[in-house]
Amino acid sequence: MLQVGTMAPEFKLHSTPDQKLKLSELKGKKVILAFFPADWSPVCGDQMALYNETLKYFKKHNAELIGISVDSKWCHLAFAQDRKLHFPLLADFEPKGSVSKLYDVYDEVEGQSQRALYVIDEDGIIRWSYLSPVGINPGADGILDALEELDKPKK
Amino acid sequence: MSLKPAVNKTDNIEGGEKALVELVEYGDYQCPHCGHAYPIIKKIQKALGEKLKFVFRNFPLQEIHPSAVLAAVASEAAARQNKFWQMHDLIFENQDNLSEENILALAQSLKLDVKKFESDWGDQKLLDKVNADFESGIRSGVNGTPTFFINGAKYTGSWEYADLLAYLKSLI
Repeated sequence: MLQVGTMAPEFKLHSTPDQKLKLSELKGKKVILAFFPADWSPVCGDQMALYNETLKYFKKHNAELIGISVDSKWCHLAFAQDRKLHFPLLADFEPKGSVSKLYDVYDEVEGQSQRALYVIDEDGIIRWSYLSPVGINPGADGILDALEELDKPKK
Repeated sequence: MSLKPAVNKTDNIEGGEKALVELVEYGDYQCPHCGHAYPIIKKIQKALGEKLKFVFRNFPLQEIHPSAVLAAVASEAAARQNKFWQMHDLIFENQDNLSEENILALAQSLKLDVKKFESDWGDQKLLDKVNADFESGIRSGVNGTPTFFINGAKYTGSWEYADLLAYLKSLI
């Protein structure tokens, strides 16, 4: 994974079928990048469903969550509508996995993103990262701990 | 990962004060996996008797389970009439029909003071308690339901009856 303390690489991906989102548009906010393998996980309370419920805790820290997988913009749209997601899912679809590769979280064997998290600060610097075993939902506690740490008054 | 905060007097606790092992479930009344876990926990409680202390904390995923918060607050409203566990059980037994009307009927069948129940059901303080449970789950590393903590530590093994019972027994 990319080093903590380095600049988060810029990218631009589809967030809806007719809109694209650039990372730099979010400057001034903290950004949580949640790379994940695929839409339509069958498990109750899967990772995206969980984050959907924890957005308000992220927002307290001025943080926006973004999900990224190699699924297409139309697949994301259907998934987000089905699960009533209130955050954007970006399609790392063409060239496939290019942003996941840029962030060093691409699984070449399966052809999908790994389950990985980055927390980026208001200036676009990577402050925290976590690579989860692919079958394990990493939860939100690590993200919240990292956000809290960032909001601590500097000594 | 460990349970934050530890079990305390705001919790709904069933079982012995002198229990040797403490089992905490974070659950969602509309989650089918929790519905599956419900009779298993009952059997475990029966098998271990006073040796086990069981605690249920709310972890409703309300976007995918629109009645989960309603049901959670209803159980807390029943707790104000000392019938938390009776309501908890009935809600799981009627998991597929958690409309407002049906939950009210459950309250009637428990012979709760329905007027008080209805007023408590709308009490912001109880909603706050459910939300506090949820937040404590997030901070403790709950990533879905059901998630179990045993003696304060997150349990990642199988919670099917034989497996969970064997593990709990190994701690006693």
